[in-house]
Amino acid sequence: MSLEEIIKDTKAYYCLGCGVCTSSCPVARVIPSFSPRLLVEKALFGFGDEIISDKDLWSCLICGRCASRCPSGVDYLNFVREMRMEALSKGKEGLLAHDGILNTIMELQSLNLKQDRNFWITDDLEVADAGEYFYFVGCLPYFDLVFGEGGLCDVGIRSIERARNTVRILNKIGIKPVVSNNERCCGHDLLWNGDLEGFKRLAELNLKTIKESGAKKVICVCPEGYVTLKRDYPRFLGEQDIEVIQLCQILADELREGKLKFLENASVDYKKVTFHDPCSLGRIAEIYEEPREIISSIPGIELVEMERNRVDAVCCGTSGWVNCSGCSKKIQTERLKEAEETGADALITACPKCEIHLNCAKYNADLKIRIKDITDLVAESLA
Amino acid sequence: MNKGFEPNIVGFACNWCSYAGADLAGTSRIKYPPNIKIIRVMCTGRVTPAFILKSFQNGADGVLVAGCHPGDCHYIAGNLKCEKIMDVVKRLVGILGIGKERLRLEWVSASEGGRFADVVTEFTEQVRELGPLSGKSQG
Ligand code: SF4
Ligand code: SF4
Ligand code: FES
Repeated sequence: MSLEEIIKDTKAYYCLGCGVCTSSCPVARVIPSFSPRLLVEKALFGFGDEIISDKDLWSCLICGRCASRCPSGVDYLNFVREMRMEALSKGKEGLLAHDGILNTIMELQSLNLKQDRNFWITDDLEVADAGEYFYFVGCLPYFDLVFGEGGLCDVGIRSIERARNTVRILNKIGIKPVVSNNERCCGHDLLWNGDLEGFKRLAELNLKTIKESGAKKVICVCPEGYVTLKRDYPRFLGEQDIEVIQLCQILADELREGKLKFLENASVDYKKVTFHDPCSLGRIAEIYEEPREIISSIPGIELVEMERNRVDAVCCGTSGWVNCSGCSKKIQTERLKEAEETGADALITACPKCEIHLNCAKYNADLKIRIKDITDLVAESLA
Repeated sequence: MNKGFEPNIVGFACNWCSYAGADLAGTSRIKYPPNIKIIRVMCTGRVTPAFILKSFQNGADGVLVAGCHPGDCHYIAGNLKCEKIMDVVKRLVGILGIGKERLRLEWVSASEGGRFADVVTEFTEQVRELGPLSGKSQG
């Protein structure tokens, strides 16, 4: 896309130069030279080349805090995405975290290889090859090998337990989901890092796999996977005849109908918790209340709010495995401190990446707060 | 047997043992298949998971990492570190569907020219049997 087209497409021409975006931006708070407003202004004045050579183009977290407040409705996230596409086409990219292995793992999944990703399915889990519901596992098997115990960058978590617990919960409410060995990474990070073609390759493979299973409903747990399948697959590959649901939505429905029951005094480990809204689940998908309803209905748990919650929640500090920096660590430790200040014993999140990033930050900081995923919490509390 | 298939092998060899071993194989005129492209690293401890994954992504059908025998590493324990990482990377290439058999770690000392040739010959034949890394060209 040319600079003019990007400006038109993302309504950048509406920008008033008010600076609400920059003053809302968690990155700008840490790096004073970082300014979404300035990037938009530069585009309007025709300095496209300057934008794509700017290393900070890759520091944006795609967290959507700016866009949610912009009075003119500038689509800043897609502005960044398009600019990154331009940058990538000129051979410029951000600084990849973890030596780029996560990005390479995503790219390798678009090859025609027979994966062996279902190693985690134990005998107690009921899964199917075909059926109505497709459980989109996402990157959990890979995260487990990279960030799990004994992994390449061990941050002391077990991502794959998320997958097991999801199936346990689904089984409990009478769903025997399809889990496919042919599933690929959803492509979220490739898309937002500007690799549209790579994204499409993965998306097409996933849609084929889902369709072949006969499933009409896809259950996502990872919020990024959810918004990608729900919003971006139709946007870039045309309308799809599938319904995409986030696990919290199903669980909240089951709760309201009284079908989801928790143990009396389920939570002995956590008395008081606070909820960290993952950007994709909150600001992007606007699923704010369901996770809160679920957590509050677990007997013995009190839910308290951090000052920055719901639409004002702050990102977990890095995204797309790119430009993870001291700035990321600052955002993360501040977030964890904010959680500690509520007096909570645990910060509950609903995104495997938030879990990884926040645990990584905790590794090097003197912070006591525990980090727990909502799916694990629910699975452990089920009656 | 995949007739006519010449596998692409990337080899990472440490400067102090295995690269010298490869050199010795050469100066001793020991023949081994020309499929391997050797990249010299100072120590196998320098080989990161990204080296391996990028090699496969960029067209390797097999990756060989060769370093000093345990106890001989010139940086004390680079090879042991590498061995630990390789265990995880093997699992990773396993679940990716590349296959554990396409990644190999071997210890070859500077005096083992013959052994270097044997390892490369054997590994090349193994990868030849496995065939091309499927879907490579579809990338
Ligand atoms: S908030 Fe919107 S209108 Fe204000 S400077 Fe940022 S992009 Fe422009
Ligand atoms: S998306 Fe988030 S990180 Fe990026 S400019 Fe907006 S507020 Fe800052
Ligand atoms: S120097 Fe040879 S493996 Fe370390």
